[in-house]
Amino acid sequence: MNMQTTSRLTAAETALVEAFAAQIGEFPGDGAVIGTRDRLLDDLKKAGLPTRRIESWHYTDLKSLLRQVPDAAPVAAVDPVAALVDGSKIFSILQGFADPKASADGVEVTVFKNKLTDGSAAAELTAFGNDDAIGRINGSFVRDGFAISVPANTELEQALELQALHAGGQIHTRFPVSFGAASKATIIERHIAVTDGTALVSSISDIRLDDGAEVTWIIVQQQGAADTHLGQIRVKLGTQAKLRLFVVNAGGKLVRQELRIEVEGQGAELTLRGVNLLGGESHTDVTLMLGHNVPHTNSTEIIRNVVFDRANGVFQGMIRVAPDAQKTDAKMACNTLLLSDDGGFSVKPELEIFADDVICGHGATVADIDSNHLFYLMARGVPENKARAMLVNAFVAEIVEELEDEKLVEALEGIISSWLERHA
Amino acid sequence: MLEIKNLHARIAEDGTEIIRGLNLTVKAGEIAAIMGPNGSGKSTLSYILSGREDYEVTEGDIFYNGESILELDPAERASKGIFLAFQYPVEIPGVATMQFLKVAMNEQRKARGEAELTTPDFIRRVKEAADKLKIDQAMLRRPLNVGFSGGEKKRAEILQMALLEPQLCVLDETDSGLDIDALKIVADGVNALKSPDRAVVVITHYQRLLDYIVPDSVHVLYKGQIIRSGDKSLALELEENGYADIIGEAA
Repeated sequence: MNMQTTSRLTAAETALVEAFAAQIGEFPGDGAVIGTRDRLLDDLKKAGLPTRRIESWHYTDLKSLLRQVPDAAPVAAVDPVAALVDGSKIFSILQGFADPKASADGVEVTVFKNKLTDGSAAAELTAFGNDDAIGRINGSFVRDGFAISVPANTELEQALELQALHAGGQIHTRFPVSFGAASKATIIERHIAVTDGTALVSSISDIRLDDGAEVTWIIVQQQGAADTHLGQIRVKLGTQAKLRLFVVNAGGKLVRQELRIEVEGQGAELTLRGVNLLGGESHTDVTLMLGHNVPHTNSTEIIRNVVFDRANGVFQGMIRVAPDAQKTDAKMACNTLLLSDDGGFSVKPELEIFADDVICGHGATVADIDSNHLFYLMARGVPENKARAMLVNAFVAEIVEELEDEKLVEALEGIISSWLERHA
Repeated sequence: MLEIKNLHARIAEDGTEIIRGLNLTVKAGEIAAIMGPNGSGKSTLSYILSGREDYEVTEGDIFYNGESILELDPAERASKGIFLAFQYPVEIPGVATMQFLKVAMNEQRKARGEAELTTPDFIRRVKEAADKLKIDQAMLRRPLNVGFSGGEKKRAEILQMALLEPQLCVLDETDSGLDIDALKIVADGVNALKSPDRAVVVITHYQRLLDYIVPDSVHVLYKGQIIRSGDKSLALELEENGYADIIGEAA
């Protein structure tokens, strides 16, 4: 089913192959890493970028959507920006290169480049078959990132901010982060374009929560209007682990955020929230592949989308419940505010349930602004454009406010309202 | 203050005529009650006064302070001082009540060329008005109308009215769903706003509310027309005999 043959490479595929050839000798890595890179690139070359015939890419035909790949080199210099939440510890990644001096109390940190050089990263450079173009691209090209480990029983007072900034070019980063048993932390992963130079970004975060760890992981994607962002979040949840994963897409021309989550310990809990702000001619795809693999685990997923202009969005939510994963409780919802006749949003919820004693549900809505709400605000003297903006904001604010951390809520609402001011 | 002349209006979507040649004059300082059986067009009238797009005026006019308001949208009418207390106030998750109040007050002030309120001034005004209506501060920290009981929603409407200080208040079945204590609080709130340069139109089904908000005039609406006008004794007559007699006379 997931096979395709490619006789000829597209311009983008050719550019990737050439970029790889041009950088051989510069890529960090020992023999094992180099061998893995070669193999992943070879797989990519053979299979090509995925088309709509690959089921998980059906709504995002990467082969036709990714027309060009920019040169690897950046267009301008980049400096760090202020933290999203005051007081966070910033781990800076400029143009794909991690700051070797970055550190935080109570946390073990290595720049990922060192793990490539000494070969300890070789086993992590994997791809999940032909579905996984992101794993292949990132595994072939990755240069740097941060490997972070929060020891058991450690509670981080301040958030860690992974701040990835670029000024165009190619950026391939990786963030293996593990949280020891009963640790607590908040991580903010930001991807920001500081110029309008075109970029191709691939980034994989490999997150492991040991037993009883409680983590809030926020992803804020603010790429430029010409950029391609290929993100992948790999998660493993241990017994009684709790992960709150919050994804905000507020930028990019072609965006795919893959969330590959395995719930592997009893009593584990996943709370996934997503806000997709789509405008211009962009295409944004959030694809969730969630496995409830053991009994007694919970998850809730709520995705809120706002579509302007000629933008297109996709949410695919696949929940697999393994045969012995009894008492799974999973609820998924995807709500879209479609504010343009030329925009679109495709939703594909999928439940694959092999256990017989579970509660699983999903729902999707697509609507315009509620005319009763609009009339109510206007009847109080709020002009139409302002009333509309308030209602769009409210639609997404509702899930942002669940975060409870006031500073974080305020920061995210700031990003959302400034995006809406620019697009509404 | 309000003059409705030979008003004809229909539902925009399907063309059903609801208001069929309605005439009504309400003077400054007056409290006018509009009563009528179900389906006579009472709520439609309140929506048309506040400018809801779902209705089309096909004939006649509405003058407010001598000016036709038909071309104004709901926000413009509100800024000119027309206020509708909704029969069913809508819940809007994600919009904080305080933020909404502040935006509404300041947008109206802006439209009238007045300076925006400072935050302390705004908070003081809300607190004073809320205390009078026995509205708990905790309620004001919730999203707009979300999880409010029927009575709380109606009190919240009157709170908005008190803060926005309109000239023409239209109360659409504000008594529905209220117990007697809540009804008194709401009526006190309305009576407190009574002034020589403000008019109130009370739309109601029952005489009960009019024991607390005493009208200067009572008008019976039936099939989209005012078929009879009188003073407050008309409301008592309706309470005793029902609408049948008057409808019979008009037919």
